Amino acid sequence: MAEVSDPSEPTEPIEPTEPIESTESIDSDGPDMAEKTARSFDTSDSSPPLLEAKGLTKRFPGVVANDSVDLTLHEGEILGLLGENGAGKSTLVKMLFGIHQPDEGEIYFRGERVTNDGPGDAIARGIAMVHQHFQLVPPLTVAENIVLGAEPTSGGFFQRRAAEARVKEISEQYGLTVNPRDIVDDLPVGIQQRVEILKALYRGARLLILDEPTAVLTPQETDELLAILRDLAADGVGIIFITHKLREVLEVTDRVTVLRGGKGVGTSTTKGATTASLAEMMVGRSVVFRVEKPEAETGDVVLRVQDLKVRDQRRQMAVDGASLEVAAGEILGVAGVEGNGQRELVEAITGIRPIVGGSATVLDQRVVHKPRTVRDMGVAYIPEDRERDGLVGTYSIADNMVLASYNRPPFATRGVRDFDQVDDLAERLVEEFDVRTPGIDVAVQTLSGGNKQKVIVARELSVPKALVVASQPTRGVDVGSIEFIHEQLVAARDAGAAVLLVSAELDEIFSLADRIAVLYEGRIVTTLDPNTTTREEVGLFMAGGGERAPH
Amino acid sequence: MEKRASLSSVVLPLIAVVLGLVLGALLILISGDNPITAYRGLLSGSLGGSDAIGRTLEKATPLVMGGLAVAFAFKAGLFNIGGQGQLLLGAAFAGWAGYALDLPAIIHIPFAMLLGGLAASVLGAVAGLLKATRGTHEVISTIMLNFVAANFTEWLVSRDGPWKDPEGGSLARTPEILSSAELPRWGPLPTGFLVAVAAAVFIWWLVKKSTLGFEIRTVGANPNAATYAGISVTRITVIAMGLSAMLAGIGGAIQTQGVNGRFEPGFNTGLGFDGITIALLARTNPIAVIPSAMLIGALDAGSTQMQSLTDVEPEIISVIQAMILFFVAAPSAVRWLLRQRDLGDEPEMQLATGWGG
Repeated sequence: MAEVSDPSEPTEPIEPTEPIESTESIDSDGPDMAEKTARSFDTSDSSPPLLEAKGLTKRFPGVVANDSVDLTLHEGEILGLLGENGAGKSTLVKMLFGIHQPDEGEIYFRGERVTNDGPGDAIARGIAMVHQHFQLVPPLTVAENIVLGAEPTSGGFFQRRAAEARVKEISEQYGLTVNPRDIVDDLPVGIQQRVEILKALYRGARLLILDEPTAVLTPQETDELLAILRDLAADGVGIIFITHKLREVLEVTDRVTVLRGGKGVGTSTTKGATTASLAEMMVGRSVVFRVEKPEAETGDVVLRVQDLKVRDQRRQMAVDGASLEVAAGEILGVAGVEGNGQRELVEAITGIRPIVGGSATVLDQRVVHKPRTVRDMGVAYIPEDRERDGLVGTYSIADNMVLASYNRPPFATRGVRDFDQVDDLAERLVEEFDVRTPGIDVAVQTLSGGNKQKVIVARELSVPKALVVASQPTRGVDVGSIEFIHEQLVAARDAGAAVLLVSAELDEIFSLADRIAVLYEGRIVTTLDPNTTTREEVGLFMAGGGERAPH
Repeated sequence: MEKRASLSSVVLPLIAVVLGLVLGALLILISGDNPITAYRGLLSGSLGGSDAIGRTLEKATPLVMGGLAVAFAFKAGLFNIGGQGQLLLGAAFAGWAGYALDLPAIIHIPFAMLLGGLAASVLGAVAGLLKATRGTHEVISTIMLNFVAANFTEWLVSRDGPWKDPEGGSLARTPEILSSAELPRWGPLPTGFLVAVAAAVFIWWLVKKSTLGFEIRTVGANPNAATYAGISVTRITVIAMGLSAMLAGIGGAIQTQGVNGRFEPGFNTGLGFDGITIALLARTNPIAVIPSAMLIGALDAGSTQMQSLTDVEPEIISVIQAMILFFVAAPSAVRWLLRQRDLGDEPEMQLATGWGG
């Protein structure tokens, strides 16, 4: 999601939306584009670009993941790598980092042709990658993690002091504040990511690849990271930045390379681009950012949460006296910085986590600590962490579609499953919910994030429900799927469901919610009308400030 | 994709068996014997004639049950290595029902078998309950329960035990079971083997086609998603461990009712652990457990003949079995040996998955 822009607003075409057969150089910007380049890179100079990939092709059994893709990166440049899920971004950077070997094409690093036989090779050349899932050793300290594999030693003994001093030095040099003696496990995600970046810098990285680095960050942490990236670029480090969030692309990158269906669609300078134009390049058609929805026609209260108290995994009171109501036919958006009790609130309402105080009722029935009973009350749940909670990765799409209804007719009678019925349902839902898959027997773990989420949405929303609980429904999902999932949530609302939407994305909250509740330290501190409030006001409440309004 | 995976799940165990036999032959050669003569003895002792085949099937029967027990528990993400204790309990209780009750054969045979299975399932369910409610790792609890079961069954038939054979003198054993509890034999074919095959088919059906099987597999594959979908992880863990133990217990009952004719503690001490080898070799597929158990059973059955033909110690069979297990459990070793990268990357049975879970 990016800023709300009117689709009718004339957008400047940056590149033809037809895929360019990228056998040519990808820097095919028109002359007017070149003038708009934010920073100038001495391309006229004889010094070669930091990284140049030409015609990279990678085939996996049954699929061409990358089809003759070109990419250029200069020193001190931040290049955004955009594309829908499954467009081939990960495959591309894995080839640059030596995890995959290209079937065709060449990679030039500082003008020299290179082949990276594995990440070790790439790291030795100064290419580093920060993965979405951190590669840290949680019980070790920050300094230990950073020097791991290249430890300062003396006579075979680890020099802790030297390591800590060196880490301090680098962290000061780049303004990446960390305490070398902290245990990584105790650190928030944003700081852990800093440790990852420091690890790369410690090894002398000149090219940093970041795979969706902001997916796990709070808005504040994201801002900090973007500032860090700008500093690193100013220092001459070349950065490849993969993200789904167009706002970040516009904010921090110099140029953008877009992939679609494994092919390079084109490269453009960021200046002059808009979210709409970038989204169009990614998806191949114009994308509606503002969800069109009629006024809510609210009915009776469906979900009533009163003075709810829920403990988290560490037995702390994560939800501490939260109260809210959601009526039939409305979407209540719960905004809040992550870690303010969202997960516990949602899991208590869906019966997964025990309620230790107060109550939650759905249509005047008390919610109990039994997920199946709560489901039977007409509650659908789109969980925050789809791989962990919402899907069984090794199961087929068909089995995942009946994950919660496998035991009822027509999908089973007297304990025996009816696979024809399951397959019929799956075929129908895959069609109806536009899940892009070769078939319903495919293991769900092979699908892209957007398509995985569509499987969950299809399962949860295909039959009318009284209450829909949707937690971060579009996290890590590509633009096209976001649009679709938003439409489905609005459709559920219009069909008379009460929708509780929990999201860390303010854009999402603002474009979907009929009312906004702000969750701060386990309590709903205020409820606001999206038509009369601003992002700033909501942000203030999220940070614990703002006038406390009665709710 | 799927075809390739299923091909390798057949090819890999076969390669492991061949490699195990080849290395075994090398060892026989080193120890100064002729491997061809030895293997000929192995073959004739296990498959040469109806007596030999009967012996192989008899040996294979408790192995099928033990293998099924491990394979089935693994579907729920559980590693049941308490097969030994569960088998002993099943054998003891079937022994008691066999001598103490006087029933018509049509009732007596299944009743004794079921009683053995139920006794064992209690032992398994305890481990399941400890796992689900207290987080006690099932590997630890089932190992410890092995000792509980071994000592308990030994006490049952000891000098002061309630089930001691009064005519046995100093021998610790139950009285002989009544003929109405004995499993009949049709030529070389022991009935017990048919029961084991039926159990394998039933377990295959249960896992693949029933809603309970779906619940078990879901808990095994992703317990969080199971909870989310309304499946009680506690209930399924207890059921899965109970059923798994029941399979091993029935294996013990068959041993009492079809082979030994009474319960004597300490018989076939390795049986429970062979189940792990067999489940691995079968890649936890219930149907594949049958040929895997027959292979191990044939190696056991033929070892005597092999020893009488050559001077090869029967222990070499254990070495061959261990090597087969090694190659099945470490497919990358096989790939390296064969310089073959294309054996497929399907999910392996990871014995470590249960740790820390």
